[in-house]
Amino acid sequence: MSDRTVAVLSGGLSHERDVSLRSGRRLSAALRAVGLTVDEWDTDGSLLMKLSTQKPDAVVIALHGGEGENGSIQTVLEMLGLPFVGTDSHACRRAWDKPTAKADLVRSGLLTPDWVVLPHSTFRELGAQAVLDAMVERLGLPLMLKPDQGGSALGAQVVWDATELPAAMVNCLAYGETVLAEQFISGTEVAVTVVDSDEGPVALPAVEITPESGVYDYTSRYTAGLTNFHTPARLSAKAASEVADLAVAAHRLLGLRDVSRTDAVVAEDGSIYFLEVNVSPGLTETSLLPMATEAAGRSLGQIYADLVDRAIARG
Amino acid sequence: MHSEEPEGNQVTPSTGQNLDPHLKRYAARAEGMTASEVRALFAVANRPEVVSLAGGMPNLAALPLDSIAAEVASLIAKEGLVALQYGSAHGLPALREQICDVMSLEGITGHPDDIVVTAGSQMALDLVTRIFIDPGDVVIAEGPSYVGALGTFASYQAQVVHVEMDAAGLVPEALRQALAVAQAQGRRVKFLYTIPNFQNPGGVTLDVIRRAEILEICRQAGVLVVEDNPYGLLGFEGQTYPALRSMDPDNVIYLGSFSKTFASGLRVGWALAPHAVREKLVLAAEAAVLSPPVLSQMIVSRYLSTHDWQGQIKSFQQMYRERRDTLLAGLDQHMPADCTWTKPDGGFFVWMTVPEGIDTKAMQPRAVTARVAYVPGIGFYADGFGSRQMRLSFCFPTLDRIREGVRRLAVVLEQEMELLRTFGPASRRISSGPQTPSPDTA
Repeated sequence: MSDRTVAVLSGGLSHERDVSLRSGRRLSAALRAVGLTVDEWDTDGSLLMKLSTQKPDAVVIALHGGEGENGSIQTVLEMLGLPFVGTDSHACRRAWDKPTAKADLVRSGLLTPDWVVLPHSTFRELGAQAVLDAMVERLGLPLMLKPDQGGSALGAQVVWDATELPAAMVNCLAYGETVLAEQFISGTEVAVTVVDSDEGPVALPAVEITPESGVYDYTSRYTAGLTNFHTPARLSAKAASEVADLAVAAHRLLGLRDVSRTDAVVAEDGSIYFLEVNVSPGLTETSLLPMATEAAGRSLGQIYADLVDRAIARG
Repeated sequence: MHSEEPEGNQVTPSTGQNLDPHLKRYAARAEGMTASEVRALFAVANRPEVVSLAGGMPNLAALPLDSIAAEVASLIAKEGLVALQYGSAHGLPALREQICDVMSLEGITGHPDDIVVTAGSQMALDLVTRIFIDPGDVVIAEGPSYVGALGTFASYQAQVVHVEMDAAGLVPEALRQALAVAQAQGRRVKFLYTIPNFQNPGGVTLDVIRRAEILEICRQAGVLVVEDNPYGLLGFEGQTYPALRSMDPDNVIYLGSFSKTFASGLRVGWALAPHAVREKLVLAAEAAVLSPPVLSQMIVSRYLSTHDWQGQIKSFQQMYRERRDTLLAGLDQHMPADCTWTKPDGGFFVWMTVPEGIDTKAMQPRAVTARVAYVPGIGFYADGFGSRQMRLSFCFPTLDRIREGVRRLAVVLEQEMELLRTFGPASRRISSGPQTPSPDTA
């Protein structure tokens, strides 16, 4: 049994609050099951007071989206000198912004679908149709639209026909001012969790995602039964090794710490494309990281308890 | 680089995992019970930073909590062995008599034996639907209608046909036409579900003259009327309207509730039904819950007998009127020119129509970012309509919060209109529905 006391942060004010609360509850139960004492705290006006008076040994961030992933909460914890599980504030800021992360990884030789990033103002000033036409010319169809920041597939949409683009743009821009459009790569969609260990970052078995509807959208993600998963993914050993290498490389190159999840697609020609990385992976009943830990023969609680130890050792 | 991936040249053997092993076992009525972004966004609306014009939670701040606490303590001390025991599915006789007094305010003469006490009127609606609806039967409802009722109808696989309303409520001619169409199609219409007073979500009240006409149409068509009346005593000028039940006791099932006039958390409502129907409702209630919560019934009964409950309702009326006035004044001041809204003279809700092209469901994330919440209109239709509408509730927030919420909402609408101007007519969307909020926001 451990005598560690940790604070699990979940909730927040992002669009992913609901998912985060579920992640927080699941993670807290898993940590209690391995003997840690856990407080579950929302990020509200009472948080700093709780952190300073109750002084947990470490903080675990189960926040998704917004402040929990863009480096803000991490900055606060760094200012307070509190050990926490997860990526530091600087690397969070870089990984959180999907186009920035993609650009960094491309520069390091990783493959990612071709993309463009445009704010609403550009469409307004230059004329939407002309810019959309140029976008389709560059990326082809189908293409993927998603907000440049955020997760849980909120605002994300595959666009199959150019006539769908204006409406899809408006849907996407409801989540933020800037849209990331990327080439849609058809293939096997996988998610790879990477966990730091004394020997360096380790990729857990890839989880293959096959949504019944064909699209891994919010409903497919959070309704048990609407998506089938294969863990480990049904890949050749070579491809499995390559996706693991890709995830570990992304983890290292982006300066991520403790735990991350990389989403990737193995194209029909065998090429492996990086899609995006998550510094605070979902931990709900239908999330991918817990499936990966189970397939690796490790418990969620033990993995995070080890990460708590690492965070405390870092100081 | 370290990896736990296997080595070799073979494709990794793997058994597909579906996270719901019962997936193939669900009844057809469970189809559509899926996670939705709309519901998820409401989790944010519960945070104090967000002005929620979404929830239909009654404002309990005016209740005399100390004296209610004393009554509850005394009740447990003196009658605990009854209060904490099972009761009858029919409900406590004393409470049923008191319910008759409550209903008399709206002209209803009912017998206590014809009342079935339920765990909120939502349960009464469930029981009524359970005993009348076979899969495929038609329920006629106002368009828009209460989201919680639509959920109940869907769970019994009813087909909902919406009938238009205007400022005077359900339009009789539209009802006639809907019945004629259903009849011509050979569909079986079981009942009209209506909220005649301060409708949820429309905020409109059925004109008194129309009431007789609506009842006559239904009677001639052989269609039962289910009258849901949770807000009837919350007219802002203290006005009440004659209940449909008071005008046609044999063909109306009346649903009442203490949720808006006393305490929603106690979950006490009722159905007043013709004798034969009541018999079946009692048996259905027994099968569903054995008995409605006895402690809650006793608390309500004690409250009615020891407190000035009518005076309390008057104070609720005043409180909600101030809130309604504040919301309407804010809308007048801030909303873009093409917005229209209803002007309720009671209840909790305003129904707003936004400029063409705006999809209120798709706009919701922007609103949450701006820290204001509403309920998108499509949740109040079973057929995907309502994408240009939203429900705004004024019952819970303070006056200042309502003002601030409207200011924020106006900015959100302006931003959305700016997007539509950028992307042109092709960007106009119609959300597929329904994706409903959870009942606590309904």
